[in-house]
Formats: sequence, C-alpha cells, structure tokens
Amino acid sequence: MPRLEARRVAGSEPVGPYTLLRVERGGLEPGEPGQFFMLQPPGRVLPRPMSLCFAPPGELAFLIDPIGPGTRALCALQPGEELAVFGPLGHGFRTEVARPLLVGGGIGIAPLPYLAETLPGAPVVVGFRSDRHAEAAALLPGAEVVVEPIYVTELIEPGQDVLACGPEPMLEAIRRIAPDAQLAWEAPMACGYGACFGCVVEIDGALKRLCVEGPVLQRVSTLNGSRAA
Amino acid sequence: MRLLNASGCLDALTAPEVARSLDAFVTKTVTPLPREGNAPVRIVETEAGMLNSIGLANPGREEFLRQTLPRLARLGMPIWVSVGGFSAAEYAATCAAIDGCDGVAAVELNLSCPNVDDAPETAAEIVATCREATELPLYAKLSPATWDIAEVARAVEAAGADGLSLVNTIRGLALDQQHLRPVLATATGGYSGPALKPIALACVYACRRATDLPIVGMGGVFSGRDALELVAAGANDVALGTVLFADPGSPGRIRQELEAELSLLGVATLDDAIGMAHTTPTLDERSRVGKA
Repeated sequence: MPRLEARRVAGSEPVGPYTLLRVERGGLEPGEPGQFFMLQPPGRVLPRPMSLCFAPPGELAFLIDPIGPGTRALCALQPGEELAVFGPLGHGFRTEVARPLLVGGGIGIAPLPYLAETLPGAPVVVGFRSDRHAEAAALLPGAEVVVEPIYVTELIEPGQDVLACGPEPMLEAIRRIAPDAQLAWEAPMACGYGACFGCVVEIDGALKRLCVEGPVLQRVSTLNGSRAA
Repeated sequence: MRLLNASGCLDALTAPEVARSLDAFVTKTVTPLPREGNAPVRIVETEAGMLNSIGLANPGREEFLRQTLPRLARLGMPIWVSVGGFSAAEYAATCAAIDGCDGVAAVELNLSCPNVDDAPETAAEIVATCREATELPLYAKLSPATWDIAEVARAVEAAGADGLSLVNTIRGLALDQQHLRPVLATATGGYSGPALKPIALACVYACRRATDLPIVGMGGVFSGRDALELVAAGANDVALGTVLFADPGSPGRIRQELEAELSLLGVATLDDAIGMAHTTPTLDERSRVGKA
C-alpha cells in the first residue's frame, strides 16, 4: 500500500472552469492511467479522490472541478503550500487494446491526458456542456470536441475499444453501444483504500467497494447515485 | 495504553499493514445473517466531521467464522470481534460461536449502532445474556445519545461487562446544497470526527466516575493530544475511527505525538496520565485555568 505523504504545490492554473493543480512528485509513483490519489484539502476532515491527469517531470497534476467545500479548498491552494497526498490507488485502465478510443465528458476528461500519453496516436473524443467547459479540451491536443446538444456517443464507431470517464448518464449510454468499454466510475469516498465501505456501487448485483474493485470497471452492471461534495 | 481501531473503520484484510500498526484489531460488526448494508449514498463530510450510513454490512456469522476470522487470526495480533444483533439471544449466539476461536481476544458488543434498529432488550440485559454465553472479555459499546451514560455503565457492569467502549457515533443529518434533501440514502447517519470529541470526553469522564471498568475511549481522535485528553478523562485504551480514513499512517503518527505530549506534560508514562482530569487542581493551577 502507498504511504500518505506531505507534498508542496508546484503550481495551480485555471483551465476553463476547472483548476489544474500540480504537486511535487517526490518519491510518489504516478501509477497507471485511471488510478487515483486522495488529496487532503486544508481545513477539511476527509481527503478527496482525484484521478491523475498527467505526470510532468517531477510533478503530479490533477484536474479539479470546484463544486463543493473540499474541491474549492484544493483549487485555492497556492504554490509552496503543502497538502497530504495518498496514492496511487485502485485499478486503472487496461491499455493493451487493439483499437483504442478515449472518451471523456466534462470533468471526466481528467484521467485522459495521462492515458493518451500511454496510448500515443489513439483518437480522443470529449464532450462538454458549454463552450466555457470545453476550454479544458486544451489539455488534449488533437481531440475531437463536442458541446451539448451533441453527445460523444454519436462519435463512437462499432469495433472500437472504448476507454471512458465521465458523468454516469454518459457512461450508461456508452455501455449500451459498446458493452466491452472500460469505464471509470465515481463515488463519494472517505478513505480510498477499502476501510470505510462508503464508496460501494452495485457491481453484478452486489454492493462492492469502488476503490477496491475499480474505479475502472469493464463488463459489469453498475449503477449508483453518486454525489460528490 | 493500547491503540485500536474503532469498529467499521478499517478492513484488516484489505490493509493488513495498517492493522498491524495497531495493538489490536476490532472487526466490523458481525450479525447472525449476512447484511449487504444500506444503499448508497453512504457517507458525507460535514463542517466538523462526517456522517456514515453503512448499515452493518457484513458477511454474517457463518461466513465470518469460516472465511474471515481464520484469515484475521493469521495477522498474529489480538482480534476483538464486534458483535451485533436484533435480540439478546442473537448477540449471545455469536458470542458462543466465537468463544475459543483462534486469535479472538475480546468481544465488543455493539449496543448502539445509529443506522439499524435496536434490539428490544436493554444494554444490561444483552450483556447479561452474553455473559452466560462466553468467557471472553466483554466490552459494551455505548451510545453517547443517552441522558445518563453513567447509569448505563453501572448497569452493564452489574450485568457482567468487563469493559466499556465509549463512544459510538451519534445520529446526524446532512442536506444537499442545491435541493435541501438528505444526502444519505437513509437520510440520517452516524456522526463522527472532530465534532464527536467533546461528547466522547464527557462520556468517558462520567463513566470513569461511575465505574472502575477499563474504558476504550474513542470519538474524534485526530492527534496525540486528542488521545491524551481521552486518557486524562479516564480511558485506559484509545481507538481511532474517522482519522484512519484521512490518514492510514495515523497510528504511528499519534503514538509519536503522544510521546511528545507526555514529555511536555512532565509525565513519565501514559498510564500515569489516566484519569488526570479527575484530580483536584492546586490554588495556583486554578488561577491559570481558562486564561490561555
């Protein structure tokens, strides 16, 4: 199991409505694409799970949507300030696939830049709810970008190996047209290492911990109401 | 002083290295039949803590005895089995079933889960029934949501309890930002974390005055100072709950901080600090209180 370590913020930049938080890597392993880290927002009780966005030399970068007190505190971190970082955790994407297609929706594009590095040349499709949100597509040069009312599912062709992350309705829609897709799910999570049993989702008819079984799942029936704070 | 985990706050089979950093491992509560637990959403952070509504998810007694307990025993550390039920007889049957099993050092009777229905019997009646079923040390885990916890402590002591676990979570509610509806699927959940500390301190303090039973203190311990305060209020041992979610390395860190706190205090060992809160201050000490 990885160790929780205090790390300094190397930089923090707005990307559309989101914030790209870069922390000094130190001895932390970046892990495989789709794995996540627990980041401790200053002044909050619990850490927040964030998938690795990309791993520049000596750094780990996370794309964060400031939607609640925890994520807002993470986005407010200034260079030089410290936070506790714990990871990498969970199971990421399996990248030995024949015809990869990377699909992201909204803040769900977060793990795609790191995944794209691992799969150079793989096509990328990302969808957003507004032009402002779509500014985040700058993190994925060459990606095909759609904005509502156009959905990413309209650009998926049969026979592609879909690796996707995004809101639940998007993942459910992808699963209907690409049953073998590898999908990165999300759930409220207190610990990230199997201790709290808070992040359970229904996997093949039973409630299982997403942090242990996922967050990337393939060919399972998964449904869950997840509300991040 | 021993450092334990609070029941339900660690899975020793998923994170054995965290379990091994404790002096004993307390299991998730075992009920007679398997329980899938409550539907998500199960957890939410609040301003000064968190709510959980896991709902005693566990594989049930038979599966626990066949699969879980033998694997826990292989950790080579004392195992405390948290026992739950919906009647005194159910608690007692589990106590009898684990009596004599490898690795089991004690039973903690979960008499106070805020997320499931209570047994019809009183805490003392459940303890008395379990007492007849096992020779294992019986710790009664009590709810802080009682008007006079000292009275409950005296009653479970008279019924044969060997110790007290103080305290369980206390029922709370969180509403979502946008729609003002309950965040948790079960609406209410058990409130834990820093907000619980003063409540735990009050319960430990009251029970230490009421009985001589050993007390495992828990509730909002995040630092060595927090642990020291519970000990001063009367706890013999301390358990970690919510902090394990935020910091799996907290047992080692809190031990180090405790050492530092003790030397600041000029006290040789932690055992010397047990019950310090109950000593009478000198005139000089009294004149300084509350002026920091």
